[in-house]
This record gives sequence, C-alpha cells and structure tokens, in this order.
Amino acid sequence: MAPRIEVLNDGGFRSDGRRQYELREITIDLTQQGAADGAATITHGLTKVMVSVFGPREAKLRSQTIHDRANINVEVTIAAFSTGERRKRNRGDKRILELAATIKSTFEPVIQTSLYPRSQIDIFVQVLEQDGGLLQACINGATLALSNAGIPMLDFVCAVTGGVQLTSPMLDLTLLEENDMPHVTVAILPKTSKATLVTMETRLHVERFEEILRLAGEAGNILHRVFKGALRNRTTRLVASMDSGTRVAGEDDAMES
Amino acid sequence: MISFTPFSTLHEAEHEVYNDDEAMDIDDDVQVSKITLPGETITSSQAYMRGHGTYVDNELVIASVAGTIERVNKLVTVRAVSTKYNPEVGDLVVGRITEVQPRRWKVDANSRQDAVLMLSSVNLPGGVQRRKLESDELQMRTFFEEGDLLVAEVQAFFADGAMSLHTRSLKYGKLRNGQLVVIPPILVRRLKSHFTTLPCGVDLILGLNGYIWVSKHVQENEQEGEEGFDAETIYSNRNDPIDESTRSAISRVTNIIRALAAHFVPLTDTLLLEAYEWTVENDIDAKSLLSEDISDALVASIAGGT
Repeated sequence: MAPRIEVLNDGGFRSDGRRQYELREITIDLTQQGAADGAATITHGLTKVMVSVFGPREAKLRSQTIHDRANINVEVTIAAFSTGERRKRNRGDKRILELAATIKSTFEPVIQTSLYPRSQIDIFVQVLEQDGGLLQACINGATLALSNAGIPMLDFVCAVTGGVQLTSPMLDLTLLEENDMPHVTVAILPKTSKATLVTMETRLHVERFEEILRLAGEAGNILHRVFKGALRNRTTRLVASMDSGTRVAGEDDAMES
Repeated sequence: MISFTPFSTLHEAEHEVYNDDEAMDIDDDVQVSKITLPGETITSSQAYMRGHGTYVDNELVIASVAGTIERVNKLVTVRAVSTKYNPEVGDLVVGRITEVQPRRWKVDANSRQDAVLMLSSVNLPGGVQRRKLESDELQMRTFFEEGDLLVAEVQAFFADGAMSLHTRSLKYGKLRNGQLVVIPPILVRRLKSHFTTLPCGVDLILGLNGYIWVSKHVQENEQEGEEGFDAETIYSNRNDPIDESTRSAISRVTNIIRALAAHFVPLTDTLLLEAYEWTVENDIDAKSLLSEDISDALVASIAGGT
C-alpha cells in the first residue's frame, strides 16, 4: 500500500500549509459575462467555478412551466481540463446530474420563486479548475450570480466543506484531503443560521458531526462577509456611475429650459 | 488550536452597528441612495410597509435584492441595480416575435415572461377600424413572422403577470431599416418621447425594456394620416435603400450606446447627441468606439467633464 499523505502534521499544519480551520483564499469576479443577466466567477484556492444566471425568462419547454412559481433549471458542465487527469464527462453523466440536482434543491427554498409564475431561472455552472470543494464552490458562485442578476432571495447561501482526521476537524478541504477523509458539505443562510443543505458521500462518526456542523456554520459567516463585501462593492460602483450620468442629464435639461 | 470565537463576535458586533445606522438613515429625509444587499434588515415592519425587493420575517423588513433603498411615506422598496424589465401599462417596448399562436403572437420583450400581442390589438390592412375576419387569422404570418422586430405599447396585464401589447397607432408596428442594441433596462429612463431623431439622420426608439432600435430616418409625412395607412409598407419585410453615410451613422450610434451601457451610464437623447458630437470632433470611427480606452475617454468627457 502506498504511503498515505500526512493530512495534519505534528505542528498542526495541513498539506498545503494551512491551519486546521483556515479557509483557502477566495477571489470573486462579478463582471458582466456576455448576455447573462448575472454572472460570477469564484475561486476557493485552486478550485475555480464560473456561474451565469439567465432569467427569470420564458421557459423553453412548455412542460417545464409551473403555474404558480418559477422553475429553476441548473446545468453543470465540467471542463475536461479541470482535473489533474484529463477526462471528458458528457452532460448525461450521473455525477454531474446529481451535482446539478443538489444545487437546485439548495436554492429552491431560498429564491422567491412565487414572484415569477410560469417563468424559468437558468443557472449555468462551468467548472474550470477542481481542487476539492466542488459543490461548495458551485453553490457560492450561484449565490453571487443570482444576487448579481437581481433575483430576489431570502439570504445569501454560504457553503463550506468540513472533514475529520481522527478526531481533529478541518474546513475547506483540498482534493488530496477530500480523498483521504470523511467529509460533509454544509450550506447555511447566515441571517437565520439555518442550513439549506447538508450532504455527504462518505460516512462520518456521529459524535464528530455536531462539531463540524458548528464549525461550518461559523465559516459560513466568514464567507458571508466576503460575499457581501464583493457585491456591495459592485452595486456601489454601478449606482455611482448611474448617478454621474443622471447628474449630467439633469444639468442639460436645466440649460434648455 | 485556532478558535473561531473572535470571528463570530466580530460578526455580531458589525451587525449591530449596521442596524443602528440603517435605522437612522431611513428616518432621515435627506435623499441619500442607501445600498442594501439580500438578507439585510432594513427596518421594522410595524412602522413601515414592505414594497418590491423586500420581505417580512419576524416583524422586520428585509431586503431580497441588491440595490438602493427607496422610501415613499411608509412604503419601503428596494430597487435592484440589475434586473429584468418590470412592465407598466403605457410603457413603450421593442420586442421580437418568438411564436405565432391562434389569434396571438408571443413577443420576447426582455421581461420575466414573453409578452402577448393579440390579433385584435394590431392594425389590420384596409382601414384601421374594422372587424377581424377569419381570413386575417389564417394569414397572421403576413403581418408578423417569427423573428420580426416590432415596437409596441404595454396595454394590460394578464392574471399571471404576463403583459399584453398593442400596436394600434401608426407610430407602432414592424421595424425595418436599422439595428437592435440591447442594454440593461434600468439605463433607459422614462422620457417625454421615446422616439428621437438625431441630426445625423438616425431615428432612435428607446424601448423601456432595454431594447433600442437604431434606424435610418424616415420622413414624417410618409407615415401621416389615416389615409396614409398602407399595409404594404407597414408590414413589409424589405429594407429601403440605405446610403453609406447613414449606415456608418447607425453603427456609430449603436456603438456609442454599447460603450455607454458598458460603463453603466443612463441613456438620454442629450447625452447621446453630445457623445455623437464628441466622436465626430475627435474623428473616431464606429469600430474603434468598441476599444476600451476610447470608450473610457468618451464616457469621461461626457459624464465627468461637465
């Protein structure tokens, strides 16, 4: 058996030099992408995800319309070059469909869909680089893109992965760590501290679960601050440029009269 | 071992400060555009009524979109910075036919649902006032086909919020001789007239839904009077001959609109005119307007210069 990597060394550092509860660096880009109504590119360390949101708009298929609320449609594409080993996944891949379904069920209670009957909201997720925490990055990117598109939501959704090595919990796992230890992804609504998603593919000891959930909640609050900062920044910039335009127009009108 | 305690107390502390100055701001009558984000508490629902872009939870009014807080007496609304077009009756919109259905067309108007244009709300050939016949139903595609662009007015709403359009005016109808530009709807303000003619021989239709039609100037007398109504020209699919200079003027205006929209500057006819003069003065052609430094310079000179 090949020697396993040391997930947490004696000095309390992880394989990438982080402490147990340290999150990876986050970068957020909210600039307009093509014709999308809202877009966001988010990186958690070496995981990079690009999300475009379209809508609410007329549903493409009449069978998909719901008479009293909007239908949320999530499509995930994983780039062939996103992993260490080049691998093409096609759209019908079970894992991708499951990922999309998870994202959809995370956002269904958060988006105020009843305001848009018979419409459709499309969330297109492009995975560009993966290094663990894929679901977390997808959910965080989708939150930002949705709020950037002006779609009414109860709150931001902040997702984070947590895992346990023996008895020591860790947050925001890399691919290396994810492969090596049981982990759980938690998405919380920071305002009410409710969890809208808790999911795991591995088995986790029940006595460790509570601690991880609590830590993930706290990490979610940290993410929330980062998201708010990024979105506030963009909103402020847009409002400022709009105001500068109206000021000019207002002066012109005054001159004419 | 690192604990999260310092972080979480910090978070709570920040939150309290936040609520305080927000409560202060909303009571101020000074018009400060206050920015809010989804999930942020605005005020108490006991004292205020919730409007668009907000919801009530635990007797608190909470924002659901990112934008500016607006208050009219006791009504608190949040106006989203970027959002789909929200139609109102009487709005002028530019749209594209997506579907032909029995006695109606479906029109994409950049809204949350496709708009509906009833056969009974268009001008039929052979007189404005006449009953629609079965033969009209059978030849609906001779009036509007899938992909056709049209300008119309919002007439009413259906129960589910979809809008119904009408083109019962000689100003409205099928669009020809030009080009469509799409910009965020919030950048189009309500104006006295949404039909503008620029001195460079270009007609402009500023649809409130963010669709803007830039076309060759048409003489007023060509579309005058009830007798002047001619189904052949109104529903024609053929462009008039457009000369070289008009073509370049159209593309120049289009690219100016694109440059302004990229900098999120609200569009007005005076602003456009100023921008057009600036491009002529500085001898800038339509193509180079799309480059970043030139569009930056354009916006700086017209929005920041005065």
